[in-house]
Amino acid sequence: MPTLSFSDATLEAMREEMRRDPTVFLMGEDIAKQGGIFGQFKGLPQEFGFDRVRDTPISEAALVGAGVGAALTGCRPVVDMHFADFITCAMDEVVNQAAKLRYMFGEQCVVPMTLRAPDGITKSAGSQHSQALESWFVHTPGLEVVVPADAEDAKGLLKAAIRSDNPTLYFEHKALFPQRGPVPDGDDFVVPIGKAKTMREGSDVAILTYGITVGRAMEAAALLEADGIDATVVNLRSVWPLDYDAIADAAARTHRVVVAHEAVRVGGVGAEIAAWIGEHCFDDLDAPVARLGAAHVPVPFAPVLQEAMYPKAPMIADAARRLARREL
Amino acid sequence: MTDVLTPPPSRARRELGIALLRTMIRIRVLEEGIEKHFLAGEIPGFAHLSIGQEAVAAGTCANLRADDSIASTHRGHGHTLAKGTPMRAMVAELFARATGVCKGKGGSMHIADFSVGMLGANGVVAGGFGLVAGAALSAQQRKTDQVAVCFFGDGATNRGPFHENLNLCAVWNLPAIFVLENNKYASTTSTAETMKIADVAVRADGYGIPAVVVDGFDAFAVYDALGAAVARARSGGGPTFVECKTYRARGHFIGDPERYRQKAEVEDVMSASDPIVRLQATLGEALSPDDFERIWREARAEFDDAVAFARSSPSPEKSEAFFGAYAGDRDASDAVHRIEERERAAFLPFAPELGSGSHGGAH
Repeated sequence: MPTLSFSDATLEAMREEMRRDPTVFLMGEDIAKQGGIFGQFKGLPQEFGFDRVRDTPISEAALVGAGVGAALTGCRPVVDMHFADFITCAMDEVVNQAAKLRYMFGEQCVVPMTLRAPDGITKSAGSQHSQALESWFVHTPGLEVVVPADAEDAKGLLKAAIRSDNPTLYFEHKALFPQRGPVPDGDDFVVPIGKAKTMREGSDVAILTYGITVGRAMEAAALLEADGIDATVVNLRSVWPLDYDAIADAAARTHRVVVAHEAVRVGGVGAEIAAWIGEHCFDDLDAPVARLGAAHVPVPFAPVLQEAMYPKAPMIADAARRLARREL
Repeated sequence: MTDVLTPPPSRARRELGIALLRTMIRIRVLEEGIEKHFLAGEIPGFAHLSIGQEAVAAGTCANLRADDSIASTHRGHGHTLAKGTPMRAMVAELFARATGVCKGKGGSMHIADFSVGMLGANGVVAGGFGLVAGAALSAQQRKTDQVAVCFFGDGATNRGPFHENLNLCAVWNLPAIFVLENNKYASTTSTAETMKIADVAVRADGYGIPAVVVDGFDAFAVYDALGAAVARARSGGGPTFVECKTYRARGHFIGDPERYRQKAEVEDVMSASDPIVRLQATLGEALSPDDFERIWREARAEFDDAVAFARSSPSPEKSEAFFGAYAGDRDASDAVHRIEERERAAFLPFAPELGSGSHGGAH
């Protein structure tokens, strides 16, 4: 299996989908001539032309609005948000238009639009360029939300998002772009939306997570192994639709569950998962669900502060260890 | 932009005038009827009437093909009817019936008809700009000669999406046409209090979009301005801005106490400018009083038939509330279906009136 960077895996997905379907096009700020701020669009205009790979004004509301309009009328637009934080400038277009139109209009239309949203904490980007906002969109019926964890997910979930007839938010963590990993070859490789992947199986505790925190959970599992604790790690891949079968299965097998993400803990996707486990898997549990996420503060600038406020491998391992030892 | 199409021969012009008049009278009858049935409690929700503005909808849509798109506003009955949606499907929608054009899920403020290129009324002021920019972009991407028209009010031009989308359509030379219905009020606030310019059309100049200001009570004037704008967009000439000076003869919504204007103002404008009276006068002897009366009679019969259809139509099944947000949510093999099924299963035990005894054992 070839090894690609996360960034190149997204590029391969774009290339394959644009070759496959002439109605797929891409627009965003700094993408065509610059190749994207993470190099994730390099070479696309050379192959597909500047009409299908468009540099745009800094007009997020117009880009998402036009994405919805194009999706309603026979195209499959991919709109790059530059930074996920800037979705805030197009919230009406995402929440009141993209998410609602199919339902309000009695299923006369589909909205096959993909929003690419580079998110997450990295390199002291500060409070307005570091957020993980997926839970807002899980809370809005009508949207699909996917969060790739590695290069394989990056390609397979982006292809699935583009092919989906629903508006799909694709949150790609900025710190993952250079990371390399194996990626299945071929046009047919797609990661189905709504299906989790078990990254490692262990019987003592399950860590349910997604996005960049999957890697941190795998590091945590290695730390736990040294202590004789065997952890399952589930990469959820999609946060809506969630793979509740995989969640229930992990709870049933391990009886102890940690839910972890980089987004703020309060009102996060982890809260939904923990509540669901409480409702449906109560008898499977030997301990309360441990729920980890960022502190309820904006992401700070100073590296020492930034690194202190979200869950990394030692924190995840600590929570899992305390669950396994019945200290929680 | 000052040039307009050369008027067609007078016979064709007369026929056009009668067609425009018929559309305007159908809109007037529909909306007066909506008002009556709303006040009688048969139409739930909010409804906003465009009485006084009919010439804009009629004059614009008479230039469009079924595969051209329009996006409308919360005040969208006229646009919808003029673009070709049958009155039955509209009235049934407003009556919240399963036979409505949106299966009773949209109502007056979110009515749409994709079969005639009507991309929806919109509950958000300025919500249509992006949809029209996108439909125009889609036509350019797919290399068709379709055009897209955005209807909007003066109030919407104070929102950001107006500015972002005009600029985008201009810089990409998209086949989009912006039809401003300047009816002098943004909800309850006079335009004079919300902007410092007399003609909103000057804003188009800031984006390099040619603009024309027309008498929005004059259906021929609207028709001609739009004819030029549509021809320009269709041939790759890019967007045009048409400001139609018009007036909203009813309140912002049905039931509006209208504390912000005098009744005399409404009476003065309508007695001088009612677009139906104006067009009838323009047509003169080309339209006999009998023919004029017959158009009204036919419109009323059409509306009465639509009301009878709506009243005899069923409400949506309650279970329909749970379906339609996602493509795939009716397909048992789809992940979205499975998860939404779980959500329904979790909800139903607490909603016995929805008629499911099954308990939400979701796995």
